[in-house]
Amino acid sequence: MKTLSKVYNFLVFVFLYAPIVVMIVYSFNGIKSRSVFSGFSLQWYQELFRDSVIMKSLYTSLLIAIIAAVVSTVIGTLAAVGINASKGLAKKAYLAVNSIPMVNPEIVTAVSMMILFVFIITRINMFEMGFGTLLAAHITFCIPYVVLEVLPKIRGMDSNIYNAALDLGCPPAKAFLKVVVPEIKPGIVTGFIMAFTLSLDDFIISYFNSGSSVQTLSVTIFSMTKKPYSPKINALSTLLFAAVLIPLIIINLKQDKGMQKKKKERKQG
Amino acid sequence: MNKLSAKTRITLTAPFTVWMAVFVVVPIGLVLFYALTDASGSFTLQNLSSIWAYRKTYVLSLELAFVATVLCLLLAYPLAYSISKMKARRQQTMVLLVMLPMWMNFLIRTYAWMTILEDTGLINTFLKSFLSLFGFQFQGFSMINTNGAIILGMVYNFLPYMILPIYTVLTKIDGSVIEAAKDLGADGFNIFTRVILPQSVPGIISGITMVFVPAVSTFIISKLLGGGMTFLIGDIIENYFLGNTGEVNYNVGAALSLVLMVLILISMGIMNRFDGEKDPKGGAPV
Amino acid sequence: MKKFISVILAAVLLFSVSATAAAASEQVTLNVYNWGEYIDLSVIDRFEEAYPNIKINYTTYDSNESMYSKIVSGAASYDIVIPSDYMISKLIQEDMLSELDFGNIPNYKYIGEAFKNLSYDPDNKYTVPYFWGTVVVIYNSAHIDEEDVKDQSVNLLWNEKYSGKILMFDNPRDAFALALVSLGYSMNSENADEWKEAAELLNKQKPLVQAYVMDAIFDKMESGEAWIAPYYAGDALIIQESNPDIRYYMPKEGTNMFFDSMCVLKTSEHKKEAETFINFMCEPEIAALNAETVGYATPNTEAKKLLDPAITSNEVVYPSDDYLINNTDVFVNLSQETQKIQSDLWTDLKIESSEGEDEGSAVSSITIIAVVVVIAAAAGIIYAAVRKSKRKKAWEQDDSENK
Repeated sequence: MKTLSKVYNFLVFVFLYAPIVVMIVYSFNGIKSRSVFSGFSLQWYQELFRDSVIMKSLYTSLLIAIIAAVVSTVIGTLAAVGINASKGLAKKAYLAVNSIPMVNPEIVTAVSMMILFVFIITRINMFEMGFGTLLAAHITFCIPYVVLEVLPKIRGMDSNIYNAALDLGCPPAKAFLKVVVPEIKPGIVTGFIMAFTLSLDDFIISYFNSGSSVQTLSVTIFSMTKKPYSPKINALSTLLFAAVLIPLIIINLKQDKGMQKKKKERKQG
Repeated sequence: MNKLSAKTRITLTAPFTVWMAVFVVVPIGLVLFYALTDASGSFTLQNLSSIWAYRKTYVLSLELAFVATVLCLLLAYPLAYSISKMKARRQQTMVLLVMLPMWMNFLIRTYAWMTILEDTGLINTFLKSFLSLFGFQFQGFSMINTNGAIILGMVYNFLPYMILPIYTVLTKIDGSVIEAAKDLGADGFNIFTRVILPQSVPGIISGITMVFVPAVSTFIISKLLGGGMTFLIGDIIENYFLGNTGEVNYNVGAALSLVLMVLILISMGIMNRFDGEKDPKGGAPV
Repeated sequence: MKKFISVILAAVLLFSVSATAAAASEQVTLNVYNWGEYIDLSVIDRFEEAYPNIKINYTTYDSNESMYSKIVSGAASYDIVIPSDYMISKLIQEDMLSELDFGNIPNYKYIGEAFKNLSYDPDNKYTVPYFWGTVVVIYNSAHIDEEDVKDQSVNLLWNEKYSGKILMFDNPRDAFALALVSLGYSMNSENADEWKEAAELLNKQKPLVQAYVMDAIFDKMESGEAWIAPYYAGDALIIQESNPDIRYYMPKEGTNMFFDSMCVLKTSEHKKEAETFINFMCEPEIAALNAETVGYATPNTEAKKLLDPAITSNEVVYPSDDYLINNTDVFVNLSQETQKIQSDLWTDLKIESSEGEDEGSAVSSITIIAVVVVIAAAAGIIYAAVRKSKRKKAWEQDDSENK
């Protein structure tokens, strides 16, 4: 039974990682082929960095993800505090609205915002689809995740600390920053990271809301999949994968070391 | 914290309220408005009735998403179960391994399947050369550009969303309950069906919704792995907004989205019926 | 955490400062929207070098139709688009193109007389031709029998022998044209019955088709994944470069001749710069470089002289006038009704689940299994729940009796 489950787990992971391994291997291909591997080469990495379209969209994606994560974290955290303090119908309404973008299929969220933007643009010709609309759309679908991450942390917080700070004459804003924020920090950080990754990974919402002047990385990748194959796409994905994997390994190793240290200390103590 | 004055509460939630009103509530209202009006803005039910022409597409999308969801569940449960039985340290690593692929752009991952599944792709090339060693002539399977390939794409992309919530609830099951069942003479099968499975229902439910909703509304997977052979409902909506067939019609597009939204709300309603114990934190993702 | 946030804020500030700094210096950005694989990208670099105050934002589309929807929705603003003939007349009709100031396009003189005052722009007010060409049938001679291509017919695309190895256009106008031509009708037919017949023919073809694609055709034909495909003549040449087994012919039933021309949209705020760009593209040296990479036929007579004679003497890329007059047709803008019929029939083609019969049943059998599993699971859960509540009741009864 044990070996059986081990074999099973192994097979599922093969399924999950097969395409990733294939991508990585073929990013080092000496020739431009999807099926034949011939010779190790780094030429596709060089071409990748020379491709101004990809580089520009990578920059756009990162910029959008950072701003969207910051803004949605601020809005979401404040809202979570407020929602937690509200009661009854108001609270229900807040939570219901908050869950709409999460429950709705992404394509519906995407087209509903596209309709909004086009509706406004065709009536008052003040702006056009582009960076602004893209950013607004990203912030919108990030906020609910931040709220949901922060809310349980506030609920679990001892409200007396905040009241104590107020009683001691601390102004509410300061009390919030000095007392509440540190308490719910883990929720804020997780919310921020989630917002960042969601924004970076998003395709559908960007696809409908980006207009003509800007493209996120996902949109660029999508247009690349429609064109003749270039191993540049593999090189790009290998780098993206490494960008996730390496920090994770470092964090894990650090945790490991930390644990060992603690163990040692415990033994010595 | 619970005793904030009404004024503070409203100030704190003000940015949220305004933002969500403008970018969530109003757009949904506009979808409704567009779905019920024609190009000139007067009321009509024609958009909704024209959707009848797409009933087959709705059925096909629901069918493919349904099959993909069931396959995900069948694949995910044993894995989630065996992870939950591992040592804490190993569990962490395994969960990380499950989540890692999700951080890689999903278009790229789906695109890679083309390389694997094509007639001249890795599987067929390998099988052909392997079998020719023994003198067999092998024609190769045709896998890409079929509904099967679309299902595979869905299962592949959304499997982690099924594994993680199930795993989360499984770790929360109190070990002493299982011990007690054992002491009372229950065998392995009984423990599983009467103790573990019922307790993991919330995780299964949230897993199912997290797989089913994106699967039913996808248009990328059908494009990349389906070879443009069949439109799913997502493709049709996309066509009406970005017009790959030359017809842009926000009104019909909005009506299609509206129906999709309602269908999903209904299926979620049915799903939640199964979920006896209301545990909002139950299957929180990640 | 504080540090973290301040670092991010600083980064954001830096980004936005650099963004505004770039905007401050009199830079103009031209949004150029072109077909995929339809330019030598170094041409853009050379343009930006020659005109440092103009930046090109170059994006691509894969069919006239998707280009049209993007510009008509108001969701995007482009300066230059390069649509084909029938789409140009549609855009002119809908008053979306702005009249060009040919004073800013002196290189227009290099455009051959045969490419001026064409039917889609009779007074030549809006367009400057970019490339032209015909639709050909491409096949892989390593896999296709000599016999089957001897008659050079468009019907090769319906040959059941090559089921699963045939590619088809993924846009309605080109796909329907092939079917109409195969039936002997005009590709500009306004007869609804003829369109329906063509749709039936496409439905008949669907089980044989491997995929409906546009530029993905390059890979699939080059690697031998597919063996037969209709596509544009210039691309056939490019595909042949990487796979010497590739052959192509102009179907005897006739084919589509197309002109892709550069236009400036009415919404453009940089018309003058756009004209500068168009003029640059007509520079003989640039046009020749572009034609060499793209493979299509150039309407630029001076550029044609600079090209390799092997290309310009190729009968498929530069067909004889004789052939063009007798065997080709140019798309005209269809009437509203026919356009509607076309897009409805096309959607029907994609909806009708006319995949191979066994394919369909394979999915349904999986579905049946899935349904059974789900029902079984649900029954199990309900059964367990009922047992539980019964037991609970029994307990309660016990309890009350004990009291």
